Amino acid sequence: MEDLYLGKTNYKVIGQRPIRHDGADKVTGKAIYTADLQLPNMAHGKLIRSPHAHAKIKRIDVSQALAVPGVLAVVTADDFPDLAEKIAMMGEAGAVNLQHLAGNCLAKDKVLYKGHAVAAVAAINTHVAEEAAKKIVVEYEPLPSVTWVLDAMKPDAPILHDDLRTDELGQKGDKPTNVSVHIAFEQGNPAEGFKQAEIIVEREFRTASVHQGYIEPHAAVAMWNEDGRLKIWTATQGSFTCRQQTAELLQIPVSQVLVVPCEIGGGFGGKIAVYLEPVAALLSRKCGRPVKMTMQRAEVFEGTGPTPGSYMRVKLGAKKDGTLVAGEAWLAYDCGAFPGGMIGPGSMCVFSCYDIPHARVDGYDVLNNKPKVQAYRAPGSTQAAFATEQVIDELALQLKLDPIEIRLKNAAKEGTRRVDGPVYPRIGFIETLEAARNSEHWKSPLTGKNRGRGIASGFWFNIGGASSCSASVMEDGTVSLIEGSTDIGGTRTSIAMQLAETLGITSDDVRPQVADTDSVGYTFLTGGSRVTFATGLAAYKLGLDLQAQMRDRAARLWKCSVDEVQVEDGTYSYKDQKLTFKELAAKLAQSALEPVVGRSSVNPEGSTNGFATHIADVEVDPETGKVTILRYTAIQDAGKAIHPSYVEGQMQGGAVQGIGWAMNEEYFFDKNDQMRNASFLDYRMPTCLDVPMIETIIVEVPNPGHPFGVRGVGEAPIVPPPAAMANAIQRATGIRFTDLPMSPPKVWKALQK
Amino acid sequence: MAKKTVVSSTINGSSTEFLCEPRQSLLEVLRDTLHLTGSKEGCNNGNCGACTVLMDGKPVLSCLVLGVEAEGAKIETVESLAKNGQLAPVQQCFLEGAALQCGICTPGFLMATKALLEKFPQPTEHDIRFHLANNLCRCTGYDKIVKSVQACATAVR
Ligand code: FES
Ligand code: FES
Repeated sequence: MEDLYLGKTNYKVIGQRPIRHDGADKVTGKAIYTADLQLPNMAHGKLIRSPHAHAKIKRIDVSQALAVPGVLAVVTADDFPDLAEKIAMMGEAGAVNLQHLAGNCLAKDKVLYKGHAVAAVAAINTHVAEEAAKKIVVEYEPLPSVTWVLDAMKPDAPILHDDLRTDELGQKGDKPTNVSVHIAFEQGNPAEGFKQAEIIVEREFRTASVHQGYIEPHAAVAMWNEDGRLKIWTATQGSFTCRQQTAELLQIPVSQVLVVPCEIGGGFGGKIAVYLEPVAALLSRKCGRPVKMTMQRAEVFEGTGPTPGSYMRVKLGAKKDGTLVAGEAWLAYDCGAFPGGMIGPGSMCVFSCYDIPHARVDGYDVLNNKPKVQAYRAPGSTQAAFATEQVIDELALQLKLDPIEIRLKNAAKEGTRRVDGPVYPRIGFIETLEAARNSEHWKSPLTGKNRGRGIASGFWFNIGGASSCSASVMEDGTVSLIEGSTDIGGTRTSIAMQLAETLGITSDDVRPQVADTDSVGYTFLTGGSRVTFATGLAAYKLGLDLQAQMRDRAARLWKCSVDEVQVEDGTYSYKDQKLTFKELAAKLAQSALEPVVGRSSVNPEGSTNGFATHIADVEVDPETGKVTILRYTAIQDAGKAIHPSYVEGQMQGGAVQGIGWAMNEEYFFDKNDQMRNASFLDYRMPTCLDVPMIETIIVEVPNPGHPFGVRGVGEAPIVPPPAAMANAIQRATGIRFTDLPMSPPKVWKALQK
Repeated sequence: MAKKTVVSSTINGSSTEFLCEPRQSLLEVLRDTLHLTGSKEGCNNGNCGACTVLMDGKPVLSCLVLGVEAEGAKIETVESLAKNGQLAPVQQCFLEGAALQCGICTPGFLMATKALLEKFPQPTEHDIRFHLANNLCRCTGYDKIVKSVQACATAVR
């Protein structure tokens, strides 16, 4: 790629903080989220869900429901076509078996977790649908269930899928099991490596299932028309991946499905898989009306995908000076009711911050009677960092080294080989550690009883993937930008700014619009920290295309050759003639020349590697076990911060989600494996009273794979918090907490010992 | 189906009559009957604040208020904040302060902030955090929301 811009510092638009383009819509309540839609003659759908964690479905009788006045249709798993052995690709989570995806939308033969959807009703309004749903009779034969990952691995554990065999390093096993995959990575010679070690620390860790907790519950509207076209409005992170999943689940061509992404009220990975879309579509086909389905909050907790609960063992060996020589990690992550969890990325991330010459990682993907896990911001990495960053911290304590120094000594840098193979290009991990060391926060003294300061680092890959954009130049010199990336956190603006910078116009002169799947080229989902990077790259290429066309038109206007037209900072000139982008656009509108319409598509391969380091100061109340955060700083390499406010916002939001994960959040199951805290009151996400200001330091080590040096920033900030908090609590109490969450009762109990 | 009642109230400054079933919440009436979809439903049981509106000047969770309880009351929703094509200061401060990411919590925060600033024109950081603790935001980590409220208090003074 021509990196015309890489390393440039005098940007006009990039690095500014313009008001986002969709801002006025969102502060006035005009922005349309899926649940806000009202279509003519619209029906409302409701799901009924399993009351058991594990049971055979013996019989479903829908006759009483159908008899309720106002009921329009009922569907069950039998309404799905046969999907045996079909596979779809779903982003970071990789390949998904369609039979499982359908089975997660509506259970077939067996329910696998409490809250598993079994049937759906459409009626003239939600109240009627709800009443009718209660009249569906489902006869179950309860089966023993299991929710803790190590229990699910035992040979006598209740088996979820009789046909599942372990993929043991590529070889299929011969017995029914809950372990879907065992993966392993190795480099060097770990046994030899540990022999060279002068100190070895090994610890076990456990984390609970936690939910992404987006404030907008899942919602979808489907209208299956008599001409065979299916139109879907939905809250999705990827309109094209939603289109693909829905089309494949219903076995119709993708060209028959149109997905219109509405504004989306948060996702964090949890709005990639379809739940409601195919069911609403089936109901719509049956009743011939558009059907809206929305989830209640308890359904979101019980019926959609949290992140894995985990058991981890991490062992590190070092020299006396703190140099790491060997590492070993054994990770078991649950994936919930269907195979395909986050163990892959977890295993790839567990040692990814450090240069460890001899290392081995074993990872297990384990089924249990919980909802199917989904991606949650840097999926799998937070758990792994909770383990590794505490073992490093303990090495530092035992060796009496500064926790930043020990990390700097071993930090991954350009040329370091990760245990799973890839060699890093230019990355900014060391720079985040140096920024931490130089920060006000780190230099300020922390005194007082029961107080402690901890640091931890974290890594996320930041994926690439296909992105498309198109644009036309309007006669007033503004540019309409059409993109396929759904905007969750303000990316319309970060993409528009990259186009504006390339064209030499202002951010406000670009009108970004997120289009439906028929109106823009294929674009992969909003996730993996990829949008500002990959769709931004598409915007940059689009800018070059528009610029070339503008130059061509200018040449024809001035009757010179294209090469003679100079472009600088958005001004086009030839000899003593000079026109700004706007003036030229106005001239073109009056001329007989063709309008300027541009397009671009990209598919950058490989990852861009995001690193973060966080510092936490805490005070632990010995009477109650409550941990108060006194000060918190998040440091991250953004490559180049396009809109610093929104980069900071990602860092702050990710940090607070991680803090919730560290301190309070967990799926709490009773002895019947029923979730007992499926509400925002009982599943305690942080409120603004639970956290202080989150200070931010943006480090900018340009990504060589992007013309402006951008690295995605959405995910890395959730990785360090649990470990940073644990390390801080260790300094405050002398106790090392290896189980998440570190909630007051647990901390209090530990303090009593 | 239960019988519907006529309810009269003042909504965003205009006297409004609507029909509602006794079981319908004010949030449902606002969104589905009156098509004021600015107020959002995040939990429908009083735990997230996304549905916050002002009722006779006080912040209430409209998912916990019944439609019939709005009889004779003055209701203000997010749709009432901007006037004559001009954003209210609190909206402007949220925009300038980048206090929203996905924006689903924003209408609730704006209404809660309006009530807060009426009670505490010069709130401390603690006042702000205490009074907005009813409103969940999963995206921002609250930092920019709290700072925008502070900026708004300064701007209005
Ligand atoms: S929707 Fe009313 S408080 Fe959550
Ligand atoms: S901005 Fe998304 S929940 Fe607050």
